[in-house]
Amino acid sequence: MKLQTALLGAAASLSMAGAAYADRGSDGHVNVLYWQAPSIMNPYLSGGTKDLEASSLVLEPLAGFDEKGVVFPRLVVDVPTVANGGVAKDLTSITWKLKPGLLWADGTPVTSADVKFTYDYCKAPDGGCAQASKFEGVKSVETPDAATIVITFTAPKPNPYVSFVGATAPVLQAKQFAKCVGAAAPTCTEANTMPVGTGPFKVKTFKTNDTVELEANPNYRDPKKPAFATMTLKGGGDAEAAARAVMETGEFDYGWNTQVNPEMQTQMAAGGKGHFVNAFGTLTERLEMNLTDPSADLSADERSTVKHPHPILADVNVRKALSMAIDRQALVDVGYGTAGKPTCNIVPAPEAFASDNVDCIKQDMAGAKAMLDKAGWKVGANGIREKAGKKLHLVFQSTVNPVRQDFQSLIKSWWTELGVDVELKTIDASVFFGGDAGSPDTYQKFYADVEMFANNFDGTDPEAFLAQLKCDKIASPATQWQGENVPRFCDKAYDELAVKMSATADMAERGKLAKAMNDVITKTNYATVPLVDRGRLSAVSNKLGGVVLNVWDSEIWNTQDWTRTK
Amino acid sequence: MLTYTLRRVLLAIPTLLLISLVIFLLVDFAPGSPLSEIPITVPPEVRLKMMAAMGADQPVLVRYILWLRQFCWVEPMHQFDLAFGTHVVEGQQRIISYQTRSPVFTTIGERIPQTLTVIGTAYLLGVLIAVPIGIYSAYRQYSWFDQLGTFIAMIGFSVPTFFTGVLLIVIFSIWLKWFPSIYNTSLKVTDWPTFLQQVKQMALPVIVLALFNAAEISRYTRSSMLENLGQDYVRTARAKGMGEATVVLKHVLRNSLIPVVTVVALGIPGIFGGAIITENVFKVNGIGAALIGAIKANDLPMVQTLTFIFAVLIVLFNLIADILYGILDPRIRYD
Repeated sequence: MKLQTALLGAAASLSMAGAAYADRGSDGHVNVLYWQAPSIMNPYLSGGTKDLEASSLVLEPLAGFDEKGVVFPRLVVDVPTVANGGVAKDLTSITWKLKPGLLWADGTPVTSADVKFTYDYCKAPDGGCAQASKFEGVKSVETPDAATIVITFTAPKPNPYVSFVGATAPVLQAKQFAKCVGAAAPTCTEANTMPVGTGPFKVKTFKTNDTVELEANPNYRDPKKPAFATMTLKGGGDAEAAARAVMETGEFDYGWNTQVNPEMQTQMAAGGKGHFVNAFGTLTERLEMNLTDPSADLSADERSTVKHPHPILADVNVRKALSMAIDRQALVDVGYGTAGKPTCNIVPAPEAFASDNVDCIKQDMAGAKAMLDKAGWKVGANGIREKAGKKLHLVFQSTVNPVRQDFQSLIKSWWTELGVDVELKTIDASVFFGGDAGSPDTYQKFYADVEMFANNFDGTDPEAFLAQLKCDKIASPATQWQGENVPRFCDKAYDELAVKMSATADMAERGKLAKAMNDVITKTNYATVPLVDRGRLSAVSNKLGGVVLNVWDSEIWNTQDWTRTK
Repeated sequence: MLTYTLRRVLLAIPTLLLISLVIFLLVDFAPGSPLSEIPITVPPEVRLKMMAAMGADQPVLVRYILWLRQFCWVEPMHQFDLAFGTHVVEGQQRIISYQTRSPVFTTIGERIPQTLTVIGTAYLLGVLIAVPIGIYSAYRQYSWFDQLGTFIAMIGFSVPTFFTGVLLIVIFSIWLKWFPSIYNTSLKVTDWPTFLQQVKQMALPVIVLALFNAAEISRYTRSSMLENLGQDYVRTARAKGMGEATVVLKHVLRNSLIPVVTVVALGIPGIFGGAIITENVFKVNGIGAALIGAIKANDLPMVQTLTFIFAVLIVLFNLIADILYGILDPRIRYD
């Protein structure tokens, strides 16, 4: 055994000799700026992106997603599939095998018991686990031996790569979190801010919402990595200041989510100290069309509910005309520059699921006007169209955000040209997304005709995301307005497609179904009108190598491969 | 004096209780939810469970009384336990922040050092600059020095710190590269090079804030000096043949300092409150940045605790200013 290990080691070092990899810790220090600083290093207690990305430096799942959205092994020997026998033929279970000799940063071995513990930790009542949906449909997690984990599902699961895949569902150390289960979870401050992990780094000091100091994990499975000995993850300020610190002053090596306006992007790129990297995931800025009547004259139990169809937007011709009147490329140029592209799809990626629908890209004002004329919406007084005494008047709401306000006023100008009277409304993001059933201004309550925000889905599979537009997911007073079907779209045929997708395992067939469902929503019904496919934009110093932006997992998923370039 | 002080302290208790209730209700009734920063990919039923785990679904009065108990009993006794190794409140829940899920006072403890060093230095520097400028400006009223002082004070007072801050960053960090634009809170001063680094990273935020503070205080000093310089006792002092230095710096200054002391003392709670904008511009991440972050995240326990601490400090420094009055001016007696 020892000889074998030695030989393996020798072989590994020989194969590495050609590569530019230095030894662990030989590249010194790296500075990373997250302008929204992490508040906690335990993603199970916080759904916030900043928190789970920071914790991804330390905690790892069994497998992750690479920059193309493909599942690759992290703590396991290989990715289980039906072909290699890791996934049961009836799709009701998946078996993961841990890599041999894996150690936690504190030197103790990683076993299947840790994985099982993590499942129990998230499932514990009163724990308020933020990633509970990652374990939905899981019947049990069993550990036949120290290296094997068998996850059994309550029903066949065509996409079994959810639990313990991706930065949102990493493995916790059972020893460290043993006393932190359920209601006790938030009391374990030390465990929550300095978790023991298997990732390339370990936490040295943690200052809430300010600075995390990390150092290379001495027990990381690849003895050559990470190249950096220490890392500072600093928070504070805003996107613009973060971009400046990388691109202009050169104080930082990596700036997260440096979404600045296109003009500033060009200006900062001229600084010569760094460059912007971008990648496109599933985040789309979209308009939601309220298919129900949000009139204030209706009682609270009936306002914006399926009882009353929208007097104007129930007409698909109006929705289509509103979409046709928009110049999406102009929106991109004004708001996002290289970090955005026009789209007509709510599932813009990954490729296997993305529809080829591009009908909406080209603005067609004349066509839109003709369509409204044909549908009986004639231009009346003050250039406002009307039909049967109903004026084409819309309340268009969004959150307080400079780019969204630019979008609102541009869209208003196009719609005004079309003959629509548009009233703009802006709401503070914390209220709009707050989900408070008592507030009239949440996006779910939708007390407006049209609203704009960005939405995406977690991971690479859109099944659950598309199922959100089923009839039974409509937000209503009965469910305390907790429903993800914001446009109140309801179509039996669509529901059937959703049910079919949840029972289909064949990837090609799933892709076809996803595309069909996307087209039903966007191309046929215009219930959701996508505008811009929003990418990630981060700033990287010219002295930092190995950065590969990933939108499917943690953005800083491969810090073990980061190096200092001279 | 003692009975007066005691009476004031006792009166402060109901005042502070009322303040705490008002703050709590205000923060609670403000729209928004502690889950607004959670991505919308997290499903609604999970959100409800998260709210329950935070205790944010309890009625407002229950939460207020719990908070009051934690603030007035659990937290002080926790410090007592730490200091003396006792176990009075062991295992009792401390004030837990919604966003960090850790005790609020741990965060405050992390934030206080940089706030006190940066904002405190700026305040001290501001006072040290302002008083001499105020004195000389008043003594040589309408001279070029006075005009210049007035001009600079006007700029310092009217140009917002988010503008001066970014301007200084552009000039000194981007063009000249003299100072960093980002404050490193982990820097430990152990030797001369690290001390120099600390001075460098403090330079810009301190300049911005000192200018702002000095502008205000120098105006107070000047007007107070001007008022006293025209008094009869000044003429008497001069008539007795006293030197100008004695007249101005001993007689006039001491009398003029009374309103200045009030202004300076009342400004001290502001040091603890941090400077929200300047801290954000330079990423100092002090108390001010913690407060604004907590407000954005609708983190009620953090907002409530911080604002209440500020309220306590303001009441306290009001009292101190009143007592200092009596010491500086023997004519003022409260009993």
